[in-house]
Amino acid sequence: MALPAKSSTDEFIKGLWRENPVFVQVLGMCPVLAVSNTALNALAMGLATAFVLVMSNIVVSSLRSFIPKQVRIATYILIIATFVTVVDYVIQAISLDLYKALGAFISLIVVNCLILGRAEAFASKNTVARSIMDGLGMGVGFVFALFCLGAVREILGAGTLFGVQLFHDSFQNWVVMILPSGGFFTLAGWLLLFNWLEQRKAKRARLATLSEEAAR
Amino acid sequence: MSQAELASRPAPPSTWHMYRAMVGVGVFCGLLIVSVYQVTLPVIEHNKAVALQKAIFHVLPNATTSTTYRLDESGGFVVLEGKGVGEQLVYAGYDGEQKLVGLAVEARGMGYQDVIGLIYGYSFAEQAIIGIQVLESKETPGLGDKIETDADFLQNFERLDVSLVDDLSQLANPIVPVKHGEKANPWEVDGITGATISSVAIANILDASAQYWMPRIRNNLSDFERED
Repeated sequence: MALPAKSSTDEFIKGLWRENPVFVQVLGMCPVLAVSNTALNALAMGLATAFVLVMSNIVVSSLRSFIPKQVRIATYILIIATFVTVVDYVIQAISLDLYKALGAFISLIVVNCLILGRAEAFASKNTVARSIMDGLGMGVGFVFALFCLGAVREILGAGTLFGVQLFHDSFQNWVVMILPSGGFFTLAGWLLLFNWLEQRKAKRARLATLSEEAAR
Repeated sequence: MSQAELASRPAPPSTWHMYRAMVGVGVFCGLLIVSVYQVTLPVIEHNKAVALQKAIFHVLPNATTSTTYRLDESGGFVVLEGKGVGEQLVYAGYDGEQKLVGLAVEARGMGYQDVIGLIYGYSFAEQAIIGIQVLESKETPGLGDKIETDADFLQNFERLDVSLVDDLSQLANPIVPVKHGEKANPWEVDGITGATISSVAIANILDASAQYWMPRIRNNLSDFERED
């Protein structure tokens, strides 16, 4: 039986939760773990990645009939690298402090497997409109995930959120949370929560099916 | 494979199609990068100038104003006019009474990942480096980038001796990196465990720069004096 065609809204929503690039697909772990030490860094990195994702999806989708299969990966990398360079200049123009905080990770967006993955798996086979929705959904999902990590790490590691002090002076910062290992701890916590929610949902669906069958 | 199957397979793209795609996308990408570069360049230059000015006052805390000097062909220093592209520059800091308090000097060198750019403040009174700030670094986040945040490491530069020999021709003692906790002399830089290469790089950058600049600066001290 053919599956019903997905609407553009479905393409957007799937990246937010059901196929979240970080919590479900576990993609792009390098920046996720490294730059999520504060909420601001996480948000900026997420937005930069989302911009590159949406723009590269638009270009790849527009040129999908123009790019032969044999040279597609090289061409996609060229397109992605171009938008990363654009982001690099724009962040330098917005704030040098932010540029310094994100450091080498801006350039490393080029090799974020999430972006190349969406270009290859989705944008190269779908219309521009659907590719934009896919890019936006995955991008917002990535920003959401990075923010979840960055906020927890900053609150526990520095006692602040976006630099605003949240606790009394007597609060002892968990310095480990803003160190690289804190990234692993926080990601593990969020993955645990996501998996638990998914399992609970599956269990409820199974129970509902069983009770329906029993009623019949 | 049968003749019918072979005939039904789509024809492979010609070399021309591949060239067309690669060159076409390349030209589009090149134009986009150049356009964005041209648009953002003035803003980025302004941001860098503001950041540099802030860094000068950070490494020369007693200064309230600064003047940029360039090294001229005769080996002396003259006030910079214009942008100073390709010139060797130093920034003199003056206090409220227009007295020279020190110089800020930019230095660059190879770190672990890429080039590290920094600025350091030199105090005439103490004949020492009295502060540094990293301007440009792509050192490993969480490890190499401790050169900017590690309090013990930054303490090295509260007074790092760069005094000269009597004839002012070279440093009395070169700046040398040492292992963490083994610093015994004011010209040594106490390294960072876990960021060894980056912290050694900072010491080497400062040594190379001080070896070059200190004799020139001390021999032309009068060039920086402001007339009342």
